[in-house]
Amino acid sequence: MSLLSAQDLTVRFNGEDVLSGVSLAVNPGEIVTILGPNGSGKSTLLRALLGIVPLSAGQVSRAPDLRLGYVPQKLSVDRSMPMTVRRFLSLPLRVSDAEATAALARVGLPDVEQRQMAALSGGQFQRVLLARALLVRPQLLILDEPTQGLDQPGEAAFYRLIEEVRRETGAAVLMVSHDLHVVMAASDRVICLNGHICCEGTPRVVSNAPEYRALFGLGTQGALALYQHQHDHSHDHDHGHGHDHTHPHSHEHGRSHA
Amino acid sequence: MLDDFLLRASLAGLGLALATGPLGSFVIWRRMAYFGDATSHAAILGVALALALHLPVAAGTLIVALAMATTVSTLAAKGWAMDTTLGVLAHAALAFGLVAISYVPGVRADLQSYLFGDILAVSKADLGFVWGGAALVLGLLAWRWQALLTATLNEDLAHASGLNPNRERLVLTLALALTVAVALKIVGALLIAAMLIIPAAAARGLARTPEAMAVLATVIGAAAALGGLQLSLWQDTPAGPSIVTAAALIFAVVAVLARRQRG
Repeated sequence: MSLLSAQDLTVRFNGEDVLSGVSLAVNPGEIVTILGPNGSGKSTLLRALLGIVPLSAGQVSRAPDLRLGYVPQKLSVDRSMPMTVRRFLSLPLRVSDAEATAALARVGLPDVEQRQMAALSGGQFQRVLLARALLVRPQLLILDEPTQGLDQPGEAAFYRLIEEVRRETGAAVLMVSHDLHVVMAASDRVICLNGHICCEGTPRVVSNAPEYRALFGLGTQGALALYQHQHDHSHDHDHGHGHDHTHPHSHEHGRSHA
Repeated sequence: MLDDFLLRASLAGLGLALATGPLGSFVIWRRMAYFGDATSHAAILGVALALALHLPVAAGTLIVALAMATTVSTLAAKGWAMDTTLGVLAHAALAFGLVAISYVPGVRADLQSYLFGDILAVSKADLGFVWGGAALVLGLLAWRWQALLTATLNEDLAHASGLNPNRERLVLTLALALTVAVALKIVGALLIAAMLIIPAAAARGLARTPEAMAVLATVIGAAAALGGLQLSLWQDTPAGPSIVTAAALIFAVVAVLARRQRG
């Protein structure tokens, strides 16, 4: 039984389909990454799954009493609002000092309780957001581009942290990303999105799918090299298919992962 | 014991500070300064309406302030360019109000008291209204406090926690309209926004949590009200502007101290 699923989800803004016919399901304990170029509707998909954006068609279903932790894409704590890390962790549900300390320790940030949110570095800030999401003991963590603004080592460390959390707590993870490098290695399943689902499957299957190559073009070489070291034949990136987004068989591609 | 006008005026000022401290903090956090202006300027239109229809002034103020606050937050939710929209609405409301009031016979002489307040003429009934209104505002904010803070930080975060950011915005809108109705008698329509913003801005430099800022803003607002009243008696200056002057002086002192502490 999946934790969260969407059937034929369609979102329309000003008469234009931002997402059309998206179906997906997240099962307990798995890490699913939604990958897509800018403007492909990734964030909109997450927001639709969370019920923030109204659906034009289709439906979203959650497991009953699903505990969900959410890490938003951008959260700037305005300097006009004084906010310590400790106080932030108690929003909107108050947590005990012990719980707060444990959550911060879990994300590798001891002794920051009394720091101001606005004074944290980008990496620390993302970790605090993750700590807050962990406080509800989530069965499902939803993260929207959690490593935006981090450098590559910071990014890699953050994804390692996500994997650790999954291993310890058994929480499923659904995240959005536009960077291929680390994500490919850290996911059980990848969904390529460009207004609709272009292809999905294990990272290996997806990285070989022509739709994926077409979507990400030349940039894939580096990611593939990182993910598959013995990849030796040369790619023809522009052989023309895959950019046609109504491609009838694109949904079948790569669904080898059960 | 409430027979002394100065005591009544002081109590009215303290009641106002109770509402404007926490609400003013939200005005600053959510960058609603112009929103406060538009709503409080609309109060003048409410006065005109009340006088024309022979309603209590407070009722007219409350209705029009609520209508204005609701209009503004609806437009905001629809994504209007708020800076421009609010600028237009704030000044239009004031101008319409002043024009409308000139049609009501025999009010011109009182106009000044609606614009700048008349705290020294606060009656026992007014005092009940001020404290009742302030208690309502405080109650609303306390009831929704955690949700309001979460929605102010990030609406998506609030949504994902099962809260409705639109409802929280409505709570603030309601609190603002109530505060405007309460403050009209004390500082007048032109300076209500100042009472919201200046004490909270002064408190910002001294606080480490949102709660501390709200409490400090209340304390500073209360000190400004009492100090301003004394200034007004001593120098025979208008009371409302004197209270705001006192608040601004406190702000300046705190800003200098906070900078010195940091630097």
